[in-house]
Amino acid sequence: MKILVCITHVADTTSKIQFTADNTKFDTTGVQFIIGPYDDYALARAVELRDQTGGKLTVLNVGEAETEPTLRKALAIGADEAIRINSFPKDSIFVAKQIANHAKEAGYDLILMGRESIDFNGGMVHGMVGELLGVPSFSPVMKLEVDGSTAKMAREIEGGKELLEAGLPLIAGCQEPIAEWKIPNMRGIMSARTKPLTVVEPSGDETQAAAVKYELPPAKGAVKLIDKDNVSELVKLLKNEAKVL
Amino acid sequence: MSILVYIEKAESKVKKTSLEAVSFASELAQKTGEGDVVALALGSLDSSELEGIGKSGASKVLHVSDSRLDDGVIQAHASAVAQAFEKSGAKTVVLAKSSLGDAVAARLAVKINAGLVSNVIELPEIGAEYLVKRSIFTGKAFAYTSLTTENKILAVKKNAVDLKTDGANAAVESLEVAIPDSDFGSKITATERATGEVLLPEADIVVSGGRGMKGPENWGMLEDLAKTLGAATGCSKPVSDMEWRPHHEHVGQTGVKVAPSLYVAIGISGAIQHLAGVNSSKCILVINKDPEAPFFKAADYGIVGDAFEIVPKLNEALKAEL
Repeated sequence: MKILVCITHVADTTSKIQFTADNTKFDTTGVQFIIGPYDDYALARAVELRDQTGGKLTVLNVGEAETEPTLRKALAIGADEAIRINSFPKDSIFVAKQIANHAKEAGYDLILMGRESIDFNGGMVHGMVGELLGVPSFSPVMKLEVDGSTAKMAREIEGGKELLEAGLPLIAGCQEPIAEWKIPNMRGIMSARTKPLTVVEPSGDETQAAAVKYELPPAKGAVKLIDKDNVSELVKLLKNEAKVL
Repeated sequence: MSILVYIEKAESKVKKTSLEAVSFASELAQKTGEGDVVALALGSLDSSELEGIGKSGASKVLHVSDSRLDDGVIQAHASAVAQAFEKSGAKTVVLAKSSLGDAVAARLAVKINAGLVSNVIELPEIGAEYLVKRSIFTGKAFAYTSLTTENKILAVKKNAVDLKTDGANAAVESLEVAIPDSDFGSKITATERATGEVLLPEADIVVSGGRGMKGPENWGMLEDLAKTLGAATGCSKPVSDMEWRPHHEHVGQTGVKVAPSLYVAIGISGAIQHLAGVNSSKCILVINKDPEAPFFKAADYGIVGDAFEIVPKLNEALKAEL
């Protein structure tokens, strides 16, 4: 089976979010970059499926040169080869077209990625790639089993889940508990250095919905503490001051 | 001209989040002069539900009664919306951000060559540019997105506008669309949904518990409190990891992101990953025995003390008041 996993290169979840250049750029000072946590779940499941069925696992990122350590980490976790499409990821449709153009040529049985990136949270790229390639797309997928040319999935819906069956090829935006995150071992890290990482130039530069400026939420006021023996005071505040009851 | 709103249903009722999307579209139409709001409902729904969509601001409801669309088959829904869009002459589609809404919107964007913005939190600013404010970094920041396409899709986050309920009933028209059989190639074999309860992602009040609850057997008092408040129950990641509670109740960075009016956190320390799931809440109440718990820094109201003592007392006080 040929599997593609698309990963994002994003600020660690504990990062302080700040902007520079008159609020038009994300401030990367002191920020540690990681594989997107949802992409990490997709990658972990892809490694398991590749190990079960054989075949090849390719990992792809649309990003500039600084994302290569993140791709190397994906190789250390178990991907066989990496592709970097050499461009800043301008918006969802731009990224989706880069992935679709690559996948059209390469022909994958399964394309996995996280349900959303943790920076822009759009959660749109998998569906766009699906439509561009004319194959089914599912998200957020929390369980994925492949049996021959059929996949069985569970997709999270509000307050529960849907169980699904679909033929390959397909695209899935993944989330926990699809697999446990894999931590690279020493052998993986050593072999990642020599696995192929190919840089490909992007096709087209069209955007439709690019972010032009950023803003931080207003600072939160101090918490109002209420004595534990005075819950009726709390109820009054919730009702009359916060007006949420 | 008109704005088209994609309506979702759950258990034969139009979802409240979709009615919020209709309210959003109605305010947007006034702002842009795009005319009427036309709602599109797919699958079996009775006429009172369909007409009722008008109360939130739609003047017309297009109804595709094909029962194959009762399930949220993503590709088929996207095809149906694309065809309704072409027929209606609309340039903008509004929908509620949701599990199905997101999946449909992404495919629709390609089909109708529309710029798409998700997590929209307020009406766009329309001047030299069409600027849409959206939540990013899991609620820790906002971005203004410039939509440059003629066709546009806005996936609206909960609480972006107030729900409108004072409109008149809408006129219902049935609509025929031709959906290719290949769109039904994937099969939904079962749907497991918590029934009769308030759904967490859509709830106006959420009561969540963390490790401080000490075990699943102690959730009864949280459920009692939730019942009094008409709230949904949630939990922190360790709680769902230990399987004290089901995964769909996990609130946080990698779980459900909620945007209720009131979020009540009981025995949750407030790790940054949990806060990422709740920072869109209007008001946060924290109950924790550790006065140093980081959650107090993100809270509006707090009580320092033992949850096992406070929660039942709070429940009684609320019952007396509500």
